[in-house]
Amino acid sequence: MTTWLALVGMTLIALAGPATVRAQQRDGGAARSAQQTAPIDLTGYWVSYVTENWRYRMVTPAKGEYRRIPASPAAVPIINAWDPAADERAGSQCKSYGAGNIMSVPGRLHITWQDPDTLRIDTDAGTQTRLLHFTQSTAAATSPGPPSWQGESIAVWERATGPDGGGSLRVVTTNLRPGYLRKNGVPYSDRTTVTENFDVASLPDGGKLLLVTTVVEDPVYLTGPYIVSPHFKKETDGSKWDPTPCSSTW
Amino acid sequence: MLIHLVIRRAVVPLLFAVLAAGEASAQFDFVGSWAPLATEDVQNDSLPVDYLGLALTDEARTRALSYDESQKSMMERQCAGWGAAYLVLGPFGLRVTSQTDPVNNRIVSYTIGAWEDWSEMVIWMDGRPQPSEHALHTFAGFTTGHWEGGALAARTTHVKAGFIRKTGVPLTDEATIDWRFFRHGDILTVLMVATDPVYLVEPEIVSKSFRMSRTPLDYRSECVPAYEGHEPGDSVPHFSPDHNPFADEFMKLYRLPREAVLGYRDTLYPEYRKKIKDTYVPPPPCTESCGVAGNFVLRRQ
Repeated sequence: MTTWLALVGMTLIALAGPATVRAQQRDGGAARSAQQTAPIDLTGYWVSYVTENWRYRMVTPAKGEYRRIPASPAAVPIINAWDPAADERAGSQCKSYGAGNIMSVPGRLHITWQDPDTLRIDTDAGTQTRLLHFTQSTAAATSPGPPSWQGESIAVWERATGPDGGGSLRVVTTNLRPGYLRKNGVPYSDRTTVTENFDVASLPDGGKLLLVTTVVEDPVYLTGPYIVSPHFKKETDGSKWDPTPCSSTW
Repeated sequence: MLIHLVIRRAVVPLLFAVLAAGEASAQFDFVGSWAPLATEDVQNDSLPVDYLGLALTDEARTRALSYDESQKSMMERQCAGWGAAYLVLGPFGLRVTSQTDPVNNRIVSYTIGAWEDWSEMVIWMDGRPQPSEHALHTFAGFTTGHWEGGALAARTTHVKAGFIRKTGVPLTDEATIDWRFFRHGDILTVLMVATDPVYLVEPEIVSKSFRMSRTPLDYRSECVPAYEGHEPGDSVPHFSPDHNPFADEFMKLYRLPREAVLGYRDTLYPEYRKKIKDTYVPPPPCTESCGVAGNFVLRRQ
């Protein structure tokens, strides 16, 4: 009877838990770190390759324009009241560099392992740092601090189980300080959740491409998910790394 | 006894099915309808001269500037359709079906259904060899695929010379297109890497996301040519590349730099943003159609 109950329990666990968790347990469970079990290598320098939303990313769009963003009625007055100089004076010049938009800001990423269970993303545009925590102990178990531009990010590997391995990194970010989805003041609130999948693909010339499928959900300023997929080319080194502070006017 | 029976008949198979499903997750379910998401601008085809986000050769730029969109009004070109790249550059969703081998039940191919101006794409999954380089080239091309790292990877060759944008940016029949289809939950992201040794300085890389649709999508529509102002035998509408009357329209509308609108390579990298920092003047505040989710901009009067 005990065996059967155990089987029932295992079934329920299997049904409740994502395949990713099972895969990580098969690879050694808690004894092995996220770094050791990484199915893809995200580390290194990556540069934005701006072929999409060019007009919204490479230059600051016109005040009041929010095409392609499902902004709610509550967002419109804020969009129309955008005042970059006021943001600058208020020390809020990083509003468009928060986790809701930072991966779309043209620039470079430097991805490293801060510790075996924390992946770190530094951006030269806006000199931001994102910490992606793979274990509850380093982030969620501790009381979350005040909302911040990059919030609290929980990461999990989604492991492909084919013979060639591979997989994806899924990141969920909350506890965000209100920010902008675009330079021209399209807002997101502190109730926003950003869900990202980081995927790597090989390019025909032998290079690597990082694709970040990003879903921004905000019950306050969006009527539906805002979904973009910025991509980055791998660079051989950090020779083009060029830290630039946040700016709300450019 | 009853509980033992239930466990033997239901729970154990379910447990194995769940674990087996985890093992099989490298091959996600691609079949179904996928609705397009309009939250990212990848089309860039609302004005005649918009080559933003492209790295063009001079020859490509010259040819694109010679293109007159009224070519599509010619009787013989109205139903020509667009090439394989239009899968992500067009406005439509995807309707994916699979074809299986009746003997071993393995998937032989996936088919992405046609639209009114796009031919269906068949992705052969059975490892068949490439056709001869002299084989027929079509707008859809020849596509083979395989599973790689949890994604469906595919490559299209044998494309007919055509366009990579509806604004007349050309693509040769030497082009190849590499695809990756990533599925995360109910979101499907399609990555396109188009390489052309003649017209592209660097591959055109575009990604576009779709959301699973419970309502089957069907964009098939009969194309019936009709008179649109051009008689059969009329000359092909075109411009002298140096005198395209629309060359400055997009630049002026949004005060965009000329080299960006005309598809120069450097404009795709972050350094370019820093380069134009002191010269770029934003357009005046938006007053019309400021929040439209579709893909159009204010057109010329």
